[in-house]
Amino acid sequence: MIEKLTGIADCDIHPAVKSMADLEPWLSKQWIEHFRSYGALRNQHYASGAGYHKSQPNASRRDAYPPDGGPQGSSLDFMRTQHLDANGIGFGILNPLVSSQGVRNLDHSAALCRAINHWQVEEWVANEPRLRASIVVPYEDSEASAAEIRHWAGNPFFAQVLLLSRTSFPTGNKRYWPIYEAAAENGLPVGIHAFGNSGWPVSSAGWPSFYMDEMVGHAQTSQSGLVSLVVEGVFERWPTLKLVLIESGFTWAPSLIWRLDRDWKILKSEVPHLKLSPSEYIRRNVWWTSQPLDEPDNKRFIGDIFGWLGWDRLLFSSDYPHWDFDDPSRVIMFPATDDQRRQFFIGNANAVYGAR
Amino acid sequence: MRIDCDIHPAVPNAAVLFPHMADHWREMSVVRGIEDLLSINYPDNTPLTTRADWRPAKGRAATTAALVAQQCLDPFGTDIAICNCLYGIQTLYSDDLAAAYASALNDWVRAEFLDRDPRLRASIVISLENIEFAVAEIERCATDRRFVQILVLAGTARPLGRRNFWPIYEAAVTHGLPLGIHAGSELRNPPTALGWPSYYLEDYVANAQAFQVQLTSLFTEGVFNKFPTLKIVMLESGWTWLPALLWRMTKYWYGLRMEIPWADRSPTEVVRDQFRFSLQPVDGPADPDQMRRLFDHLGSDDLLLFSTDYPHAQFDGTEVFTAGFDQPLRDKISGANPLATYTRLGAAP
Repeated sequence: MIEKLTGIADCDIHPAVKSMADLEPWLSKQWIEHFRSYGALRNQHYASGAGYHKSQPNASRRDAYPPDGGPQGSSLDFMRTQHLDANGIGFGILNPLVSSQGVRNLDHSAALCRAINHWQVEEWVANEPRLRASIVVPYEDSEASAAEIRHWAGNPFFAQVLLLSRTSFPTGNKRYWPIYEAAAENGLPVGIHAFGNSGWPVSSAGWPSFYMDEMVGHAQTSQSGLVSLVVEGVFERWPTLKLVLIESGFTWAPSLIWRLDRDWKILKSEVPHLKLSPSEYIRRNVWWTSQPLDEPDNKRFIGDIFGWLGWDRLLFSSDYPHWDFDDPSRVIMFPATDDQRRQFFIGNANAVYGAR
Repeated sequence: MRIDCDIHPAVPNAAVLFPHMADHWREMSVVRGIEDLLSINYPDNTPLTTRADWRPAKGRAATTAALVAQQCLDPFGTDIAICNCLYGIQTLYSDDLAAAYASALNDWVRAEFLDRDPRLRASIVISLENIEFAVAEIERCATDRRFVQILVLAGTARPLGRRNFWPIYEAAVTHGLPLGIHAGSELRNPPTALGWPSYYLEDYVANAQAFQVQLTSLFTEGVFNKFPTLKIVMLESGWTWLPALLWRMTKYWYGLRMEIPWADRSPTEVVRDQFRFSLQPVDGPADPDQMRRLFDHLGSDDLLLFSTDYPHAQFDGTEVFTAGFDQPLRDKISGANPLATYTRLGAAP
């Protein structure tokens, strides 16, 4: 058995800004002034921070503050020491969750996304060959998003297009199709990371009371997003599109697939544009990252889910520096072959992101 | 013993409820032209709402006790069946109008179904717009022991764990009534957390996500600390999502229970003690061995209650169980589990 893998691919790392001023080198004077006066208004109540208060500052590990100051995840040097080097990470995808996507003023949203993309390249990826960036797009403006994708598509520092899961319309809705078209045309996977502010309550039964509800609820929200992408025919229209669901859980997927296939058989006449069964599209087009790993008493149950979805569908992710970080040495806590481990920790990421 | 825990007698139109209303509400209904409250949870003519061989030549399926007996009770050899009437009274905005329609509906079900076939039982349908009125309706119906459960929909305005709903749970416990949560929505919120989908297929699939939300909320808010004998029955919910949900809840219960310090039992333990799920729809694997493995993930054979979901189209013929349900499990799901859940079924009504 492999004792310690090196060259692990971590498909969800969160770089943080020290403050929004970090983005100013790439913002016009007008947007700098605008942000100082009005902030970045989103579909939620607080001017900064999250609607549901996290369990710790910045939802991040208390041991992840860089020694030189700044919030967790804001120092490349400390990220190298604490995570990339320590955990044998050979390849890491950056998913910046800096206020930009889902900003209500669509032009402001686009300007912030452009700045964040520059910041990723110049402050992170250009200085660390193990890292790749995500093209952050103002997804509520599909045309601007497609333009952002085309702007960066030729740049090898970018590995994927990044959306957040809480879109204002179900994620497969036709209004978002220019994003999928631009991604497919450039061979870029679309990663959808949990969170965002849709403008609707975080559940279809209204606003729950607790951060715990919100965290559990990302699984349900992501289920709805995936259902929409399948049922609207996004994978029928773009058969080579790669979709990666990030930090959304994955153990729910077999049950959802059984349900979707079953209901599709009954209600097929409503969706004649689907030429394959939902499970066939999902099997062909969808991957999941592993963190946050669920915690059944019997860890072999997680192994069952890996088997049911296919060992080729799951990508390791740590979520560094967030508090529910998964340590790569503590993920496969059930019987697995060396080949399966290599696939999960390295091979699948190569298959999804390696073409670029 | 076979107890069918989820069948759906249908209201043919609003006018049949008028004889069960006070003059004012009857007159208002006529004057305002209220002809039907059918909601989009189950549009009349979708292939799911009514199985083809149960669809009458004209009008809705399952509108009389005779039809229910002929198409459902007799063919499935059912001893007792619980009527969960899904007429759209939960969508009414006015507290008073909703209460008037809920009462009329419960009285109509009593007169047209319970009084006509001794095998039938029913759920007390309530609107959640006004909790005082809901409790009053429960008290009014609970004296008739043929009402065995309280019925609400999975898609609510606020999550069901919220404290404003607790007087309903108090009444449930007092009268020995489980709280049944059925597929469907009040549509105060869109069917998904991402807004309104394009297709009915998505609406229907989304019920499973709503149930997951409700289970989580009932756990986090501490409903079961306050009401340790309350039983929740999730109806037409699907249940194959349960193991994955519990594993995820367990992870965040470990990580976040400082936020909900009253949560002294694990989500799995709470669900085993206090939640039950109707059998249909079986959103499971075709392979019987995989299904058996799924039962290992569920970890308890007490959780499922037999249901046909008549007249919805969940399966063909009379084979309600799928491969992988071995005989002792089928027997337990059909008899012992429902009897243990619905205490009112044990004694003569």
